[in-house]
Amino acid sequence: MEYEVVIGLEVHAELATKTKIFCGCSTQFGGEPNTHCCPVCTGMPGALPVLNEKVVEYAIKAGLAMNCDIEQNSKQDRKNYFYPDLPKAYQISQYDLPLCKNGHLEIDVDGQKKNIGITRIHIEEDAGKLNHDEFGGGALVDLNRACVPLIEIVSEPDMRSSAEAKAYVEKIKAILEYLEVSDCKMQEGSLRADVNLSIRPKGETKFGTRTETKNLNSFKAITRAIEFEIKRQIEAVENGEEIIQETRRWDDDRGIGYAMRGKEDAHDYRYFPDPDLALIKLSAEYINNIRENLPELPDSRKQKYINELGLPEYDANIITGSKMLADFFDEATKYCDNAKSISNWIMGDLLRILTEKELEQVPFKPEYLAKLVVMIDSGKISSAIAKKVFEDMFETGENPEDIVTKKGLVQISDEGAIKEIVLKVLENNPQSIIDFKAGKDKALGFLVGQAMKESRGKANPQMLNKMFLEELNK
Amino acid sequence: MNITKEELKHIANLSNLYFSDEELEKYTKDMSSVVEFANELSKIDTQGVEITTSILGEYNIFRKDEVKESFDRDILLQNAPEQGDGMFKIPKVIG
Repeated sequence: MEYEVVIGLEVHAELATKTKIFCGCSTQFGGEPNTHCCPVCTGMPGALPVLNEKVVEYAIKAGLAMNCDIEQNSKQDRKNYFYPDLPKAYQISQYDLPLCKNGHLEIDVDGQKKNIGITRIHIEEDAGKLNHDEFGGGALVDLNRACVPLIEIVSEPDMRSSAEAKAYVEKIKAILEYLEVSDCKMQEGSLRADVNLSIRPKGETKFGTRTETKNLNSFKAITRAIEFEIKRQIEAVENGEEIIQETRRWDDDRGIGYAMRGKEDAHDYRYFPDPDLALIKLSAEYINNIRENLPELPDSRKQKYINELGLPEYDANIITGSKMLADFFDEATKYCDNAKSISNWIMGDLLRILTEKELEQVPFKPEYLAKLVVMIDSGKISSAIAKKVFEDMFETGENPEDIVTKKGLVQISDEGAIKEIVLKVLENNPQSIIDFKAGKDKALGFLVGQAMKESRGKANPQMLNKMFLEELNK
Repeated sequence: MNITKEELKHIANLSNLYFSDEELEKYTKDMSSVVEFANELSKIDTQGVEITTSILGEYNIFRKDEVKESFDRDILLQNAPEQGDGMFKIPKVIG
């Protein structure tokens, strides 16, 4: 039977505020355990939380950028559950009056555009971190992350594949980066997703029973966990088993998902308004002011790249998908008009090396990539040499002009010098001459290759080609 | 209104409490009378009264996003029954 997959996501993003949501402790990542803590964020009795005004502002920015209605009247509620990373035994979140509602985002999967509904965006506090004690069998609790502000972005069940889910999270990441409301560092857990997934026979309109796989913190994990869960549910249904509504975890190292708690523990959070916190009332003027000051968002930048710089949509999509790349591209194109070539370098070698080296920032100035492209376009260096210079730039961060001068990599375009190389290569490879005359065109490529080797990549390949043909046809 | 044993078990479970059969019997009865007492409130006519979302009656109490010095870790850990590596030590967690 053919099945349709139904996916809804809950995306959690840590907000880039300096301080926690309800106290003045720093949100900086990586401090010594329990050094960014006070009575409020460790849940001491009698401590009084006071809401950080930036949290409200950032959440509204996100809401407006994701086409939500902003609720002028909002409140905060307690969500009660027991877990040792939650010192108060409740999380302050928002239940029935979230800050933002009824939004949507447009995603693009292989040129297919689709709107994904956003049910709501609310503010809440993060939990602490449990470090499992290898020796004692217990656990050690670090509350530095406790009370760090989060927004939770809840989607409608509008996605139908792992590719759509990935595109949706990528879109959210790009928007939050452009707004500068979250640094979205997935490896530090500042952007993570819970996946709600069910399957149903194709054509069926009722939803199947869904499972929720929690805390996926990379695009790869999101994709793999979804594929795993689709396969598991289809197999279960085909074997006549019933899908159980449950919370699941994903083990990325082993590549498997497993049930976390059973149905008998089904959550009952007993939400109620937090009596320690005041209501939030926002004036239309306050909301409008934020709306008018929103920075440029990925979609508008993408249109600019397509319409004004003539980039293909595919390129524009990838580059605007990351604020870091788009900023790098913008800066580089100030120094060089060949936008397409800059884009090719970014999408090819630059992204490849960033991934290989696991870097988040390019270690050289955007201006240097522009200079490299200018050197290629003017024939000063060959593209083969440029690739080597580019690798060098990643190592040293240096200006490509300096690298080329220092290493003597300027392209040989002098006719006399080229001719000398051509004649030498022909002399050493008489068999290739015979092959070429017998109609084997491949021999020419071989000869050019030899000449490039002879010149250590510096000879101008177009000139080599031309001159070999001249000599061979004599 | 009467509370059933099943309901009490569910509430106990949410609070990580486990009762013997005797306790369950007793607490089910106790809880029923507590709920009955609280239900007195529902006799009041609340027609036309808005749902209470806050008892403070205040709104927009915010703080600026300015870093304040955090607490000394030793003071925070003072009440921890056990500690290790500057953290609160707790029994093994399942789940």
